[in-house]
Amino acid sequence: MSRFSQAEIVRYSRQMLLPGVGGAGQAKLRDAKVLIVGAGGLGSPAALYLAAAGVGRIGLADSDRVDLSNLQRQILHRSADLGRPKAESGRETLLALNPGIEVTAHVGRLTPANALDIIGQYDVVIDGVDNFGSRYLLNDCCRLAGIPLVEGSVLRFDGMLFTILPATGPCYRCVFPEPPPPGVVPTCREAGVLGPVPGVIGCLQALETLKLILGIGRVLSGRILFYDGLNADFREAPARRASACLCQTLASLADRPEYQAQEACPTEEDSEGRC
Amino acid sequence: MKVDASLDLAGVACPINFVMAKLKLEELDPGQVLEVMVDDGAPCRNVPRSLAADGHAVLTVEEADGRWRILVRRGVGPCP
Repeated sequence: MSRFSQAEIVRYSRQMLLPGVGGAGQAKLRDAKVLIVGAGGLGSPAALYLAAAGVGRIGLADSDRVDLSNLQRQILHRSADLGRPKAESGRETLLALNPGIEVTAHVGRLTPANALDIIGQYDVVIDGVDNFGSRYLLNDCCRLAGIPLVEGSVLRFDGMLFTILPATGPCYRCVFPEPPPPGVVPTCREAGVLGPVPGVIGCLQALETLKLILGIGRVLSGRILFYDGLNADFREAPARRASACLCQTLASLADRPEYQAQEACPTEEDSEGRC
Repeated sequence: MKVDASLDLAGVACPINFVMAKLKLEELDPGQVLEVMVDDGAPCRNVPRSLAADGHAVLTVEEADGRWRILVRRGVGPCP
């Protein structure tokens, strides 16, 4: 009777019921292409919810293999996946959840040489990486390609989230003009992280992405959401476009030193001091 | 009353019956009328209420041979 099979109508019925979704919204989701960079603690829940919602084409980019220490929070992967490339393990999990979508595994690191080609195939990018270098690279690529970027990061019990709209910003550089010196901000590997914290932030990244695709609601642009999981507290801080930011003049992707910045996750204290 | 499209939702449970009616209404133009047949019980209570909440005008809800016939006019706004 419609553009959807009876199984699709039943599968997506609980969201098709919603104002702003319906059949037209479900068709937008089916036609959407989302790249998730990092199939880890953030990318796992984000990817699962986007696949479940029927986002038609999902790209999973990750250069790592599944390690035993990942399984406490990276819920795309199972014990049987140990040693497999995360992008491939994640792809299999997503297709088992929803065989009606397409999932592309990009095994390997995003570099200034390949990032624009990969990102250019998608409508929205989710940042689920674990290092500052990739964040700056993703920020600049999405700005150049005119693609929204949904930022998220976590450490210990804390997380933060914001959405970067290419035309209006503010971008990651507006908020964090340069990466912290090596060793100043600890990594999740050093400082630890409790699994549900990236779970919360990754779910919120998925929700921001669905809103962007559907064109509903108010996305988290021009403001940053901080989550203090230990005290169950959400706070918001304004973020403004910096007039001297590189995003105002960025014209091409040079191999900038920020792209080499080491693994780290910003804390609330760190980010608040910078915005 | 001119009916522009009909949908027989006998045996279809809530809320799938409403979702199918909603999808059918999206194919119509604002102002056009859809006839929907639903079962007695929860469907005949829920479907008209949900259609109205979605911004459509429920014109008729009448019993016919143990089933219910709903006439609904598609709302003029965007059909979410």
